Amino acid sequence: MSTLEIKDLHVSIDTEQGEKEILKGVTLTIKTGETHAIMGPNGSGKSTLASTIAGHPRYNVTSGSITLDGEDVLEMSVDERAKAGLFLAMQYPVEVPGVTMTNFLRTAKTAIDGEAPKLRTWTKDVKEAMSKLKIDADFAGRNVNEGFSGGEKKRVEILQLELFKPKFAVLDETDSGLDVDALKVVSEGVNRAQDENEMGTLLITHYTRILRYIKPEFVHVFVDGRVAEQGGPELADRLEEEGYDRYLNVKA
Amino acid sequence: MSETTTHIPAEKARIGAPSIPGFTEEGEDLSPINDNDSSPLAGASTKAHSHGGGVGVPDSSRAGRLTSTNVDDFAKLTGREEDWRFTPLKRLKGLHSDDLTGAAPKIELAGNGIAKLSVVPAGDALNGVAHTPDDRVSANAWKFASETHVVTIPKNAEGANATLRITGESPAAAAQHLIVVAEENSEATVVLDHVGSAVLAQNVEFDVQANARLTVISLQAWEDDAVHASSQQALVAAGASFKHIVVSFGGDLVRVNPSARFTGERAEIELYGLYFADAGQHLEHRLFVDHAVANCKSNVLYKGALQGKDAHTVWVGDVLIQKAAVGTDSYEANRNLVLTDGARADSVPNLEIETGLIDGAGHASTTGRFDDEHLFYLMARGIDEKTARRLVVRGFLNEIVQQIGDEALQERLTDTIEEELAATEN
Repeated sequence: MSTLEIKDLHVSIDTEQGEKEILKGVTLTIKTGETHAIMGPNGSGKSTLASTIAGHPRYNVTSGSITLDGEDVLEMSVDERAKAGLFLAMQYPVEVPGVTMTNFLRTAKTAIDGEAPKLRTWTKDVKEAMSKLKIDADFAGRNVNEGFSGGEKKRVEILQLELFKPKFAVLDETDSGLDVDALKVVSEGVNRAQDENEMGTLLITHYTRILRYIKPEFVHVFVDGRVAEQGGPELADRLEEEGYDRYLNVKA
Repeated sequence: MSETTTHIPAEKARIGAPSIPGFTEEGEDLSPINDNDSSPLAGASTKAHSHGGGVGVPDSSRAGRLTSTNVDDFAKLTGREEDWRFTPLKRLKGLHSDDLTGAAPKIELAGNGIAKLSVVPAGDALNGVAHTPDDRVSANAWKFASETHVVTIPKNAEGANATLRITGESPAAAAQHLIVVAEENSEATVVLDHVGSAVLAQNVEFDVQANARLTVISLQAWEDDAVHASSQQALVAAGASFKHIVVSFGGDLVRVNPSARFTGERAEIELYGLYFADAGQHLEHRLFVDHAVANCKSNVLYKGALQGKDAHTVWVGDVLIQKAAVGTDSYEANRNLVLTDGARADSVPNLEIETGLIDGAGHASTTGRFDDEHLFYLMARGIDEKTARRLVVRGFLNEIVQQIGDEALQERLTDTIEEELAATEN
């Protein structure tokens, strides 16, 4: 079992008006096998947390820590974090010119595992995973995310999640822009990864609808860069009925 | 990224015959206004257009350009000419101004023996079969080339394979003249493999006769200090196909100007290019496709990568669809990938269309950066920075590498790309 531990994390970004603090002390512990939902209104810092875990250079950690089984994640480069078992399913996956999906997936798998996958089983694994996520086979020959629709890009993120088998996955608004069918397909992929690999999941979402398909044991409500409330699945149900107004009013 | 495209779809261009003189379904037919038999391109300057790269006053039509074998017909260069404004003349090492009396690079033929190599004197009637200099450097090379190497692919030959290894061994400014004759119905691949170091002004002619299929790969794999200005002109006869691939890696200043003119119908021209400019390097490609006759097809794609301070690439693509060239199908594109700060890519597609009765004509130019978001995405999947950069560049350039049928040559180019990339990392 592995543990991802976030302690009193403060994160800021550089803006034209100067440095702006987005996360104002976030503490969170996730163990493999667990699913945590992070919910909250826009601008509350949910995506900042996701990008900071992955090591995006835009975000400056001013204090606090992130550790994976005691190892300092903040000391690791972006690729080292991925190799250590962290995966970020991005909200806006970028198009990478000139690199085919096939080439990209194999290169990434090789980097993460430290050795090239066995060619025959790998090809089979990729095909199967693609078919389960209802990704057309000809995507393999296309450039990474190039010309993919929003929904296709999200499926491809989950495809990577299933193939790379991380210890912890951070899903940054993976549900946004998906229709009901796509949402189901994507959620099934996440659940499969969790069942097969005992993955820990940090599910970041604005809406409760994905929680019909992916069941969190823990729900954290983010407001203004802090965890405003924590609880079990019942908290999500309450949010569905009441929305975030309650927290925003308290703040006002 | 920015992109401009113009495309005239086939169905639109074909609609109906004109019912009112001077007008077609598309609107006013421009030809009666501009009609002037003494100059097929009169009025073209009003239509010539260009964009991208911060172009100033559009020059007159590309076909209006002076051509002459006499260097004195060309004014001395100042660097302000449209044709030379991107080229650092100081680094031409006299190719435009001096007597080119240095020893020309050595030429050796390798291949499967079907193509024949011969040498004819400068005054031989074959000179000029497909070429007339259209700039001062080319005319200077014409004047000083003491002999011409001629590669002949015999009529009906199949699978001819010839590599001319052109080895520069002298830093003195020199001139060279080559001719490739692809006789009727022949099929061949000819590689011009430029290695070593030279200061060279070069004219290369391609006489692509009826129904011949000629693939040419001009590889500039010079040492770092080489200066090379090459004017490569082709005449492409009826039913023939001409595929020309420029690959420029080495040299301090390399300027390759391929031009190809259709002389018969149902012919095809493909011009491809691949370049990789490092710090301080100037790689320039100016091409010209002349649709002088009807029902021909052309496709142009040049792709380049740039890295390092003052790496500079220039691409100018002139495509002219003359009034007679009804039924033309043409497309040209240039794509650049800028890998580091301090590099500059100029890209200017020019499309002149003198008839509306064509199947298609388009152009595109993009210059993109390999940016932090690409890098973050790939690194977030465990791929280290070096590998990520390689992955993107290799993929980007591979589209052109794949056009080269020769496997050994493909491998050599792939290796060269790897070496170039390794240079970024140091």
